[in-house]
Amino acid sequence: MRSQRKPLLVPAMALGTLAFLYIPLMAVASFSVNDSRFGLTWQGFTWKWYLELFRNEQVLEAVGNTLFLGLVSTVIATVVGTALALGLNRFPWSRKTSAFFEFNLYMPVITPEIVFAGALVIAFASLRYFSSAFEPGMLNMIIGHVTFQVAFVALVVRSRLAAFNNEIEEASHDLYASSWYTLRKVILPMLTPGIVSGAMLAFTLSLDDFIISFFTAGPTSVTLPLYIYAEVHRGITPKIHALSTVGLLVTIVLVIASQKISNSFNEKERDDA
Amino acid sequence: MTNEQQNDTRIWHGELTTRSALRRRGLLQVSPGLFWILIFLTVPALALIALSFATRGGYGEIEWVFTLENFSRLAGYGMFGWSPDYLIILARSLWVAFVTTTICTALAFPLAFYIARKPKTTRYVWLTMVIIPFWTNLVIRTYAWQLVLSPDLPIAKFAAVLGLIPAGSPLYPSEFAVYLGMISAFLPFVVLPLYSSVEKLDWSLVEAAFDLYSNRRRVFMQAILPQTLPGLSVGAILTFVPAMGMFLIPDFLGGAKYMLVGNLIQQQFGKSRDWPFGAAVSLALMVLTLIGLFVFRRKGEKMEVI
Repeated sequence: MRSQRKPLLVPAMALGTLAFLYIPLMAVASFSVNDSRFGLTWQGFTWKWYLELFRNEQVLEAVGNTLFLGLVSTVIATVVGTALALGLNRFPWSRKTSAFFEFNLYMPVITPEIVFAGALVIAFASLRYFSSAFEPGMLNMIIGHVTFQVAFVALVVRSRLAAFNNEIEEASHDLYASSWYTLRKVILPMLTPGIVSGAMLAFTLSLDDFIISFFTAGPTSVTLPLYIYAEVHRGITPKIHALSTVGLLVTIVLVIASQKISNSFNEKERDDA
Repeated sequence: MTNEQQNDTRIWHGELTTRSALRRRGLLQVSPGLFWILIFLTVPALALIALSFATRGGYGEIEWVFTLENFSRLAGYGMFGWSPDYLIILARSLWVAFVTTTICTALAFPLAFYIARKPKTTRYVWLTMVIIPFWTNLVIRTYAWQLVLSPDLPIAKFAAVLGLIPAGSPLYPSEFAVYLGMISAFLPFVVLPLYSSVEKLDWSLVEAAFDLYSNRRRVFMQAILPQTLPGLSVGAILTFVPAMGMFLIPDFLGGAKYMLVGNLIQQQFGKSRDWPFGAAVSLALMVLTLIGLFVFRRKGEKMEVI
């Protein structure tokens, strides 16, 4: 086969590239169990930085804020985004109307994040003329996160909508089901895999976000990425190593779990077919 | 079923038998999401354009007096004569984004091919290896480079031995550190779409090219590259656009000496509280991004012709 013609170069480069991605993460993980407060010389193994994390109130508050923000924004974005996808796809919009809808749908995807953040700053400053609720803080963060999540949920759900045929839905209408009944009993169950993967994407985007949070957060709504950012500016400490390692482990669990979930959906579909 | 018939069936939704009833129901479903994006993104983004022609008052408030001053300031004309500082930041951002995209593409090819030629049973393990850093928080990943480049670890020590930096100093903030951060941040953005193209590659074309005595370079340029172009262009766009506006990586690894346009915008909306100037810089970023995308597309089209 072809691979035998150049047996070493491609694998060497590929593995080298993977190593390039993992070396920094491995370094952080290994120094997180190093028993030395200052400096980076190896002083023996310890769990104490992790134990310190669990006793650190700022860290625990940041974890709480991160999860609250992620869950609330994901729930809102999943409902609103799914409705948006359904509304875009299944109604006879004129070409101009759908072009306008599409433009707005893609706005959050194509706008550079930093410009997105600037736009949000302006939006909230204007809204503060009407209500003081829009002071920097959790509400603004939730609104900001939903703004980008909605578009991604809608795009994922819509790709799922485009994939299934209308015959079952038509059969439901033919049997005098009302449109809401059809939506509840036919469309939404068929859409579930799309909605679930849209929600998972929205949740991860929220956990991963730094810039939007950075521009909308207030003093009491610090999330984990914001906390780590502020700590790093104060200097390298074993506490950040431990926190980053926890972040890495959570990511690994989430990635594997999401693959298991989407695999199980695929298998179920194969069984159904 | 033809397309038209399919459209007709869509108009008939249970009890919704008239066009206007259908439209009302559709609007009901579209409105929340549509207005959300309109209010919080589209309208304020358009307001940014208007804002870039406004004036900043003494206390950071906005005065709606039409001026081109923000743009002339961006072009370097200030109180103390002309200085190219802002233009250098813009040019540097464009250059860094371009170099990052190019290197990521070059590194992504071997990795995507390597994974695609693994047996089906282990392939997803390798893919997961690429997805994990992709989903790891960028703050963590960028901080990790600070650690790796810190003075006590071998890379900085080696550089000190070579005389590149004074002994005992870190390798950041520097241009080199920014590139390391950028390339590792965006590599998965190219590898994953490229992999999906490579996976669908028609290897018989490659075999045929070899049978016809093409050398490796021609095989790659004419039998492989054109087939992987869709994935490649998606990856390039996914890298180039966020790389242009990147704020975190130059903040951690570049410092004040190696600022990019993202840091400039952040300053204006943050500390300096000069929103009109921030809006003007944002506009410049958008225009440069569009130009960059256009160049990539032209390049892509040219490659397809070869």
